[in-house]
Amino acid sequence: MNSRLKKIIGSLVLLATLVAIPHFLKFHHQDLLIFLTINVLVVASYRIVTLTGEWSLIHAVMMGVGGYTATLLFKNFDLGMWFTLPLAGGVSALIAALLCFPLFRMTQFYFLIGSFAAGEAIRLVWIQYVNPFGGTGGLSGVEPPIIGGIDFLDAIPYYYLALTVVGFCLFILYRIENSRIGLTLHAVHWKAPLAESVGVDTWRYRALAFVIGSFFVGIAGALKVHYLGTITPNQFGIGFMVFILIWVIVGGYNRFYGPIIGVVVLTVFDESIRSFAEIRPAIYGAVLIISILFLPKGLESIPAKFKAWFGIGSNSDAPPLADK
Amino acid sequence: MELILQSIVNGLIQGGFFALFAVGLVLIFGVMSVVNFAHGELVMIGAYTIWLLHAQNGLAFIPAIGVAIIVVTIIGLLMERFLFRPTRDDPLAGLICSIGVLFILQVVATLIGGDGPSKQVPPPFHGTMVVFDSLRIPYQRIFSLVVSIVALSTLWYFLTRTKLGWALRAVALDREAAALQGININRISMIAIGVGGALAGLAGALMAPLTNINPHMGHNVIITAFIVTIVGGVGSLSGAVIAAVLYALFHTFVTVYFGGTLATICGLILMVVVLIVKPTGIMGVRVSE
Repeated sequence: MNSRLKKIIGSLVLLATLVAIPHFLKFHHQDLLIFLTINVLVVASYRIVTLTGEWSLIHAVMMGVGGYTATLLFKNFDLGMWFTLPLAGGVSALIAALLCFPLFRMTQFYFLIGSFAAGEAIRLVWIQYVNPFGGTGGLSGVEPPIIGGIDFLDAIPYYYLALTVVGFCLFILYRIENSRIGLTLHAVHWKAPLAESVGVDTWRYRALAFVIGSFFVGIAGALKVHYLGTITPNQFGIGFMVFILIWVIVGGYNRFYGPIIGVVVLTVFDESIRSFAEIRPAIYGAVLIISILFLPKGLESIPAKFKAWFGIGSNSDAPPLADK
Repeated sequence: MELILQSIVNGLIQGGFFALFAVGLVLIFGVMSVVNFAHGELVMIGAYTIWLLHAQNGLAFIPAIGVAIIVVTIIGLLMERFLFRPTRDDPLAGLICSIGVLFILQVVATLIGGDGPSKQVPPPFHGTMVVFDSLRIPYQRIFSLVVSIVALSTLWYFLTRTKLGWALRAVALDREAAALQGININRISMIAIGVGGALAGLAGALMAPLTNINPHMGHNVIITAFIVTIVGGVGSLSGAVIAAVLYALFHTFVTVYFGGTLATICGLILMVVVLIVKPTGIMGVRVSE
């Protein structure tokens, strides 16, 4: 069996599983599945920002920008979801583009703190200005679309809708990462001086990655608010940002699918410890620390480690161009 | 006029707290180059210790402060030994580990104090000092201010007049060169996080009677500490103290006239502006690679 055939069969099995899953779940879990699908887009879009080696703390807030854009467009202009999704992404990307000018004058630690400050300032603006953002209580009354007689308020149709949108976005993100732009982003991370010396404008590529990531997370924000119906500033606080970081780091950020594995595994894990209620965050914290100390390359590095132990195949742990 | 004077006094007292925890954050970042995201939670644990020992179990206030300092210092030392030391080559890993600690400490606080409303600690020092007939300063706040000043002066003496303090500053300047001179980096790191933890514990203990205590109070603390650290210049202790006092005055005035949320927004914008215009802060020194 050649590898091409294997890939096609693998994709078909994956697709069939994804389509079948909601029919075997209880209502509460169907809800969770939709949020998981949306969070997959959140982490995949965050990965494109981190490709250049800069870890921002504003990604959760950019998701909120998308969510608020969709909410305000829906409520004030009665725009349907097919307009709010791309516009939410567009506004997130626009705000990200404006923020590039102050933020990308910094790198490393300063960028981390600067992005945190900018995000917190945006979030506090939502709290401070009750009109139009609704203050701490946020806004409500956003509805999912009704297309061809199918009411997407129900969990299963909305799941398929979210799956389609997220799948399409993942495909684009994957293509971007493997395009010339994606390779340049890798180069900017691992060999910045060399990249500059051959004429790559590293500032521009850092900014580009940030804008692309913000565009897709804005779409994720709109997807979420259309299902949930309400939006509050606290959904996008540092708490959620930390979860994004945990998903990406526990999953492993050297490969495209690492963060996706992270969010799926940790969401299932989180659900399985639901009975521990109030100590759940502590368990999460412990898992985070343990994975940093003992599995610094994330869950996705486990197969490669096994292979290395048993001497099968080459040790392909290192990301492309990772020889810093 | 009265309002202005009162605000200045309140701002100065607030500045004392800000300086206590910001200086700790600067010390830890300077010596270990790790951003301790759990620093706000260290302050929170200090406040919880006071609530548990003083307000709930009747231990006198001053011994309770001592216990709070010891508890938080031990947490800090454990963090250095088991989290920051193994991840020293990777600053991001240290940061992520401190976020893990943040979650754990918040749960510990919830388990100790329950989920309910914020806790209050009745001020152990009663009475109010009245100056010029109109300016009223509760003795509790005066006590906090005096203790903050004493603690910061002691730290200044330690860093500038003792051999250990010099060693600590040498490590902050250049870790490898310091190691080559025979300075034990592990020991200095323990001292840095010990001092930082002690100051955070003290800040939490002093704040306890003046604020609402809940498991999430660390959030505002860390935001303030970041603003103060950046405005003061990363790595500059005197800058952090000056920035703490200035920012506290600024924050108090904006809060009095426009509200607390807007004050924080202004602070964050101020921080971004400083990062752009003068990334070295008011007292920082340009460091070349």
